Amino acid sequence: MKSRDKPRPSVEDRTIELARWVDDRFGVARFGKTTLNKIFPDHWSFLLGEIAMYSFVILIITGIFLTLFFVPSTHEVVYNGSYVPLRGQRVSEAYQSTVDLSLNVRAGLVMRQMHHWAADIFAAAVVVHLCRIFFTGAFRRPRELNYMIGLTMLILVIVNGFIGYSLPDDQISGAGLRIAFSIFLSIPIIGTWGAFLLWGGNFPGNGDIIPRFYSLHILIIPAVIAGLLAAHLGIMWHQKHTDFPGKEKTNRTVVGSSFWPTYVAKTTGYFFIIFAGLALLGGLFQINPIWLYGSYEPFKVSYAVQPDWYMGWLDGALRIMPAWETQFASRYLISAPFYPAVILPGLTFGILYAWPFIEARFRPEDKTQEHHLLDRPRDRPVRTGLGVGVLTFYVMLFFASSTDVLANTLKVSLNGVLWTFRIGTPTIPIVVGLATYQICKELSRAPSAGLRKRSNVVVRSPDGGYTTVPADIHPGDDVREPPPEELPEEAVRRGGGRGPEGGEEEVGVGADRSEATGVTPPRRFGGLLRPRHRPAGSS
Amino acid sequence: MSSGGAGGAGPGSTSSGGGTATAVEDLRLEIPVQRPRRVENFVALCFAVSVLATIGLAIIYSLGGQTQAEGALLGVGLAGIGIGVAAWGKYLMPQGPFREDRHELPTTEEDKEAFGAAFSRGAVAVERRGFLGKLLGAAITVFSIVGIFPFIRSLYNPRPGNALDFTQFRPGSRLVRIDGNPVMADDVDVGGVLTVFPEGHEGDAVSQTLLIRASSVPITTLPGRETWSPHGYLAYSKLCTHAGCPVSLYQQQVQQLLCPCHQSVFTILNGARPIFGPAPRLIPQLPIMDNGDGFLRAQSDYQEPVGPGYWERNTSTTLNPPKNKAAG
Repeated sequence: MKSRDKPRPSVEDRTIELARWVDDRFGVARFGKTTLNKIFPDHWSFLLGEIAMYSFVILIITGIFLTLFFVPSTHEVVYNGSYVPLRGQRVSEAYQSTVDLSLNVRAGLVMRQMHHWAADIFAAAVVVHLCRIFFTGAFRRPRELNYMIGLTMLILVIVNGFIGYSLPDDQISGAGLRIAFSIFLSIPIIGTWGAFLLWGGNFPGNGDIIPRFYSLHILIIPAVIAGLLAAHLGIMWHQKHTDFPGKEKTNRTVVGSSFWPTYVAKTTGYFFIIFAGLALLGGLFQINPIWLYGSYEPFKVSYAVQPDWYMGWLDGALRIMPAWETQFASRYLISAPFYPAVILPGLTFGILYAWPFIEARFRPEDKTQEHHLLDRPRDRPVRTGLGVGVLTFYVMLFFASSTDVLANTLKVSLNGVLWTFRIGTPTIPIVVGLATYQICKELSRAPSAGLRKRSNVVVRSPDGGYTTVPADIHPGDDVREPPPEELPEEAVRRGGGRGPEGGEEEVGVGADRSEATGVTPPRRFGGLLRPRHRPAGSS
Repeated sequence: MSSGGAGGAGPGSTSSGGGTATAVEDLRLEIPVQRPRRVENFVALCFAVSVLATIGLAIIYSLGGQTQAEGALLGVGLAGIGIGVAAWGKYLMPQGPFREDRHELPTTEEDKEAFGAAFSRGAVAVERRGFLGKLLGAAITVFSIVGIFPFIRSLYNPRPGNALDFTQFRPGSRLVRIDGNPVMADDVDVGGVLTVFPEGHEGDAVSQTLLIRASSVPITTLPGRETWSPHGYLAYSKLCTHAGCPVSLYQQQVQQLLCPCHQSVFTILNGARPIFGPAPRLIPQLPIMDNGDGFLRAQSDYQEPVGPGYWERNTSTTLNPPKNKAAG
């Protein structure tokens, strides 16, 4: 009661006291201060990676639950559980335990479906995040290595996803394993040995594959992903986040909200929202009902055998690939799946890994310059057009993985669907890529950042026609606000030149006109504010 | 937090001892939320909904559980926390925008020199004792090779050998169903199909064979196969020559087989030649016979390896080399 006499120290005082206590023991005041004060830029697209990260956390939470019930064994037992249609059938223990944890364990099905959904969302978030990084040029110096770490995680996510849905040993996952075995076999020289090594014999192997996949799935690959994720975040933290160009954004500063408490609150909320979304998906939307598929028997197969979405492009490539096999001296064979299922993914990821360095070859200033401001995709027509074209190619392959379903749904012949994809998959991406290139060119002719648009007025004439005339000049119209330094070259070069009829002449930028040579010398990190323009009408 | 003195809301100035080194400065005053009470009420509502939903989840769970209710209540419970905390952060905490300087990633030339010098100390130390270095390299190399060998070797219980070249069919093997019952010559009507195995190897993934009664009289699918189809029975390996899926869809009217995995189509009357899709080779046909006792038997094993291709697949002894798509 006596302590009531003294006023209770405020929360602020007590917090400072705690910080003091911690620093006396660890000497982390300086580190703590910079950490809590760290600035994170706000843009919705910077949250895509967080979806991936939080999906991974939820995968671990739900995955631990599943390990408590799953039995990684291909040992055959007679099913005698609660699902009547399966009673009396010979099933593997892996299959039986998955059915049991789905149907008999409380909340087991929610957990299993959340786990499956989280894997699909994880892969999707990584891919969309990769697209954001690619199209905005966030992979450029100094972030090349972090980009490559991210790509490695994408490969691991795809591999672990495949391994994960193979574990229940149901009819569809068994068919997937059969195809995977055939893909291994198709690799020249080492393929046969590799396949036999992994499976422990000719397909379906000696029962080793499920336990081996299990230790890969729950221990080895997640551990590698966790390590890479830590490196990914640590490097991002150290190098600081990129940001889009805009008002008050420069290559030398980060603008946004502070890590503590605002960003922590937002991102914590975001984690729970993603968790909630996955819980709703897991509870309300059925995924992979393996009790309907039955336990895997190598001589059975069903209609519409399709993998999870992130394997769809490979399945599509396998389907539409012409029947090419290469025979050497009738002694050695490169079999058909090699080109679509080994060469294609090899090229895909090889080019993705090399991309920052390929692009730097064509833009020598990228090697000497740090990039913290992102590109708007329209300002890089070549990269954007190329990227959209390539993306279209994989989307085509993805849809090609449902040739049979499309043929049945659209009531057209399978032959027609196949040939549509065989012709469309190489050609449509080129058309889409070129169109994207052109759209980017058109868009980048719009007034550049910092230039206020002059409004237009639509006038209706007495006889009903419409004409557009520029509005009267208001104060501030056509005045160039100081653009941030280090704008992407393309945006600066195209700045303001809207074409002859627009009548958009820059006002008050006469001093810059003299520099309008069209050639942009490489700008150094921290260079001065320096808008450059072409003379109007010369675009 | 709504007190808006210039610089008062910035984290740089609220944390201990005014940030001089790490400049976090306000670009603008914090924009105060329009109606803080309304936001507070909304956040409170979110948390309250979360509490109720989670209690509901506990009740449903303890009553025995119901998947959709569990998922919905769990989702609402988590969403309440998530939306509430996010709204709190977005509307009731200092928004800035704040600005922070980027540190230059490369350090000074002197530091680089010193780093390089320190690094090269080790390299020089190794270089001076070049012989020891080489010997160490040799020791590590030998250890790696020897160390990895048992690891790989242990995995190789069954080596590939010629496992891919043959199935379990032997001359005279009776064709049996999955339950072991042998197939008699009059068991299947014309137009019927059956999955069969060599007797004693029911369920064998490599030997699985599709037995089709395509006709009531013998059929010659390819030259040299005149005696392979007693009573109009054709026996083809069930493994697709593309990726090894079971080719199990028999379309009787057009006498075709369809692989459901990648939609390769084979015509059964001329040796299961692929006419559509990615499959590159004819499906091997099993020569079968009826010795007069009514049982269908294999005359021999398949005369070429069944299933998908592999590197060591030797076609020099193949009875019917692929004619259609043998790319060079």
